[in-house]
Amino acid sequence: MQHAIEAEGLVKRYGETRALDGVDLAVPQGRLLGVLGPNGAGKTTAVRILATLLRPDGGSAAVGGFDVAKDAHRVRSLIGLTGQYAAVDEMLTGVENLMMIGRLLGMSRPDSRRRAAELLERFDLSDAGGRAAKTYSGGMRRRLDLAASLVGRPQVLFLDEPTTGLDPRSRTELWSVVRGLMADGVTVLLTTQYLEEADQLADDIVVFDHGRVIASGTSDELKATTGAQVLEVRPLEAAHLDLVAQVVADVIGEAPDLTGGRATVSVHDPAAVPAVVRRLDDLGVVASELALRKSSLDEVFLAITGHRAEDEPSAEKEEALV
Amino acid sequence: MTTMTTAVPATARHVGPLTTLRQTMTLAWRSLVQVKHNPWELLDLSIQPIMFLLLFTYVFGGAISGSTGDYLQFALPGLLVQNALFYTLSTAIGLNTDITKGVFDRLRSLPIARTAPLSGRIIADTAKQVWAFALLVGFGMILGFRVETSVVGLLGALALLVVVALAMSWMSVLIGLKASSPEKVQMIAFSTMMPLTFTSSALVPSQTFPGWLEAWSDINPVTHLADAIRGLMIGGDVAQSAMISLLWAAGFAVVFAPLAIRAFRGRV
Repeated sequence: MQHAIEAEGLVKRYGETRALDGVDLAVPQGRLLGVLGPNGAGKTTAVRILATLLRPDGGSAAVGGFDVAKDAHRVRSLIGLTGQYAAVDEMLTGVENLMMIGRLLGMSRPDSRRRAAELLERFDLSDAGGRAAKTYSGGMRRRLDLAASLVGRPQVLFLDEPTTGLDPRSRTELWSVVRGLMADGVTVLLTTQYLEEADQLADDIVVFDHGRVIASGTSDELKATTGAQVLEVRPLEAAHLDLVAQVVADVIGEAPDLTGGRATVSVHDPAAVPAVVRRLDDLGVVASELALRKSSLDEVFLAITGHRAEDEPSAEKEEALV
Repeated sequence: MTTMTTAVPATARHVGPLTTLRQTMTLAWRSLVQVKHNPWELLDLSIQPIMFLLLFTYVFGGAISGSTGDYLQFALPGLLVQNALFYTLSTAIGLNTDITKGVFDRLRSLPIARTAPLSGRIIADTAKQVWAFALLVGFGMILGFRVETSVVGLLGALALLVVVALAMSWMSVLIGLKASSPEKVQMIAFSTMMPLTFTSSALVPSQTFPGWLEAWSDINPVTHLADAIRGLMIGGDVAQSAMISLLWAAGFAVVFAPLAIRAFRGRV
């Protein structure tokens, strides 16, 4: 079976650093692949190569059966790209932005105008269509950007961190748009730093770290790989957190993560939980929250890579604030 | 999965010349239609020369030429040159803005001719050059400037400026592709064009310069261009200065075109 997106052993070097260090990808037609990884993991580099914007130093890739290096022009006629920055001309109106793309793709003026109106309607931008894009909010720009990548009805769509920097509401809106595209049978490759996003949208997920694919599978498969459940304990009094950490470390045999006023740790033996409760009770520590749950993608990522998926410096900043 | 491949044969492997031209014009339209939303944009870019025109004419004019009217006759052609040279860098600013905003990548991900984004922008910028020329000459005439040659001379001046600007746009493209931000481009523009025009005969007769500066001014290409434009508009010897200006332009193109094309290929 032919895949809509295929990559084999992609390598891209920037001086000494290997942005991509032998990446294999295969996305069947009509599926959504979520590429998950922290900043600098090589996600954007991979997208740029697949979208013909960058030549790989090694390996090969094909989109819709066409080699991205040798048959770049044909690849371009199949794809749509929405990058990390809303790539719209701020001086043009929404309509003009979309019409420009339509005209470039060979549509007649009336056709491109019709297509622009159609997409603006679909993305809830009809009212703003006559305004310059510089007056748009961040969420509106992203929607216009996504609309621009759909003018040519692409069969394969690359979404590079489409929701980075969006507020939660705009993010959810964009998710529903992506789901709509999936219903149309479009193949999508979506990169994200947000585990929840991959969890929500992706059929399959690959995890990137340091230019390599370090894990792949469905969301459930990935969650199962750690084979663990997660214990979370939040003491009623924040001052007791160290005490909780000590108890958990004693009983489970592993130091818990202490983010957001909670002690979080992977548990392989559920029987350990009552022991934790007893010890805390003995010490007079009251827990305002105590839960045993399936591990999230976040923890899976932590388990696989040894570090968090979200930006590490900002996570530290958060901790410092708490 | 055959659906993917059957949908495609309609697409050619490359872009034909006619399609390239159409795409170029679409992208030129894109740069020009902005003016419709922001008609002052053109004036924005001309405000500095108009300010110079007013300041120099009414503040220094009397001191430099004895009367403001005489100075206006002398300085307007020089200001046209200064404005045209500054304007070539708007190509760099526009290109660089496209790159930093991601628009350039969007265009490159489309099945269009690789050269269209560049040629479209340059055509639009040339049209803006013509408009800015007309604006400055018109404003100058309101203040009392008179073309002493003929309409042919005036058009010749415009043509010479456009040719030089086109040659310079290669350098502009290179700067636009290489600079890290549009603000940087603006800084480069200001810190190169400003000294170049001020140490030429564009705004003041260079005879009053100290010897070393006059020697430089005689080499400065802006001097020759200003002399040629002045000759074309108010009379005087044109042939030599125009020839030297065109040689400079050719030199610029020969040096910067390959560099710009290489940088562009690197991006593509």
